[in-house]
Amino acid sequence: MKLKSVLCAATAVGLLAAANAQADTITIATVNNGDMIRMQGLTDDFTTKTGHKVEWVTLEENVLRQRVTTDITTKGGAFDIMTIGMYETPIWGKNGWLVPLNGLSEEYDVGDILPAMANGLSYDGTLYAAPFYGESSMIMYRTDLMKKAGMEMPDAPTWEFIRAAAKAMTDRDAEINGICLRGKAGWGEGGAFITAMSNSFGAQWFDMEWNATFDQEPWKKTLTFYKGMMDESGPPGYATNGFNENLSLFQQGKCGMWIDATVAASFVTNPKDSTVADKVGFALAPDTGLGKRSNWLWAWALAIPAGTQKTDAAKQFIEWATSKSYIELVAAKEGWANVPPGARTSLYENPNYKDIPFAKMTLDSILSADPNNSTVNESPYVGIQFAAIPEFAGIATEVSQEFSAAYAGQQSIDEALAKAQAITNDAMEAAGYR
Amino acid sequence: MARSVSTRRKALNTLIAWTIGLLIFFPILWTILTSFKTEAQAINDPPIFFFFDWTLENYAVVQERSDYMRFLWNSVIIAGGSTLLGILIAVPAAWSMAFVPSKRTKDILMWMLSTKMLPAVGVLYPIYLLFISLGLLDTRIGLMVVLMLINLPIIVWMLYTYFKEIPTEILEAARMDGATLKEEILYILTPMAIPGIASTILLNIILAWNEAFWTLNLTAAQAAPLTAFIASYSSPEGLFYAKLSAASTMAIAPILILGWFSQKQLVRGLTFGAVK
Repeated sequence: MKLKSVLCAATAVGLLAAANAQADTITIATVNNGDMIRMQGLTDDFTTKTGHKVEWVTLEENVLRQRVTTDITTKGGAFDIMTIGMYETPIWGKNGWLVPLNGLSEEYDVGDILPAMANGLSYDGTLYAAPFYGESSMIMYRTDLMKKAGMEMPDAPTWEFIRAAAKAMTDRDAEINGICLRGKAGWGEGGAFITAMSNSFGAQWFDMEWNATFDQEPWKKTLTFYKGMMDESGPPGYATNGFNENLSLFQQGKCGMWIDATVAASFVTNPKDSTVADKVGFALAPDTGLGKRSNWLWAWALAIPAGTQKTDAAKQFIEWATSKSYIELVAAKEGWANVPPGARTSLYENPNYKDIPFAKMTLDSILSADPNNSTVNESPYVGIQFAAIPEFAGIATEVSQEFSAAYAGQQSIDEALAKAQAITNDAMEAAGYR
Repeated sequence: MARSVSTRRKALNTLIAWTIGLLIFFPILWTILTSFKTEAQAINDPPIFFFFDWTLENYAVVQERSDYMRFLWNSVIIAGGSTLLGILIAVPAAWSMAFVPSKRTKDILMWMLSTKMLPAVGVLYPIYLLFISLGLLDTRIGLMVVLMLINLPIIVWMLYTYFKEIPTEILEAARMDGATLKEEILYILTPMAIPGIASTILLNIILAWNEAFWTLNLTAAQAAPLTAFIASYSSPEGLFYAKLSAASTMAIAPILILGWFSQKQLVRGLTFGAVK
């Protein structure tokens, strides 16, 4: 018995020594948001299990994008794992800049990743990034104001209903705006919102020959409707409002409705920060009856750049951070409301998570978004609130600046659309698409 | 009567100076105040000025989440090192331009200054590739060299202006007494230009401390200074203004204190020539 114990102890020491001998320190570039910061706090669990240490580089989203793009295009090797989104993953995967996530363990259960997420993070059927959390967009509304307006929010409303409800909820004297939406320039800010909204009006960025389509009726309808509704019921200065500005307004009780990222649901229902935490309802993003809703799909995912020398340790970290057991670890330490949402099917089958008020609507929103078939008419690109081509970010930023100028009344909608058409066609011609 | 006008004018000037001073300082004051609020108070509309429940929670969170001392130490080394390197190169360069000018000296000075007009992002990729080849990525020495090169035109220009104020006869007299070039620069020129050199050093430390393009783009986890520390608290999707303000306050505090103690020297150096 004694000999057996000694042998066991010796084996354990040997294994630990072997593990330490191979222990690496990996550097991870990531964004600053609640879920990512929570993960940083739980890294000790990973280190205990594998022996690998983790160094974090946390940056603001746009700075991070520029930083990791510089590093990956030069094969700099400054990072072993990068946090990237659905826009970058297929483009970088196609260019061979990312390590394919093949050979993940059986325990990891890659089939459990929500299909919409797996598709958006793959190129040519190969997964290049594992979703840490996913999001769509949905309506968050004040149940008390809706009741006061004598209306009832359906689970899947139309834009006409939303406009009427916004008008009815608006009370300028009480500083209540019926609806708050993004108008801020930037492809990931107001650009993302209006692109997703335009899908529901039958608009799209490009026709099958990669020509811009801003000169067509659906775009004019989208912008006219948006501006008309926001002028009627939106907050003053909405042309410069982004996610944070609208979150602030909603938390202070100054918005009747807000259509934005599903991840915001946990913020507006948190009584510590929100004055209306117990009066929030949820519904699917609106449509116009054309078969497409105006919700988007996004995931923050972990990918391994091809320039790293520590692929094995990086893969182990990704398996740990995006696993079912990580979700359970967060739930045990911080509660089910704080687990990273929108990545795994099993989370939405978990009875503990079903009690979270926004869980069902988040899942329904994610499931109703299809990046491979996002427009009413056929389009040549993948993506809902973006077109997954390298030129899109630059073009969409310029176009959204023109749109914001129209919202602010600095130019007409026709002028903004004409400029958008010219900007897009010029850029696409220069890039060789046309 | 004349005395009364003069007093009124003085009072007006003082008022204007204080108003401008407060306007310039207001964003810093607001950042410091916000750092003591809760996140909900930070976004309150109308804004809350002084009457809120002051809390140190944001500082505690920032301390817990980030290794502040590592960022601070990197900032000290990078700002100090780049300044020292810059002074070592700029003093002889400014000496030769001020006391042994050639036909092209003015052109060289203008050319040096013109390099400041190129947007930094224009040379990001060449520098990044160079850093990869030389193994300088995410190292303090790499950043010291880059920041020194960026600020060198300003250092040379400032020192050149101070040196021009020094009468050439003093240096000639030293030479007549048998001083070598090294002795002339070290024992005659430098002591006379101390106020100018000191203000150049201070200004350069401030510029290097605040530099946020190269320090964000050429570092990862090891050499990241306080600019990266602040950037890690900025978020377009989530309201973390109070924590961001706490991080900003911690980042600017050292340079604010340095500026406060050296303001006399800094102002004198910036507004007067070396020997006036």
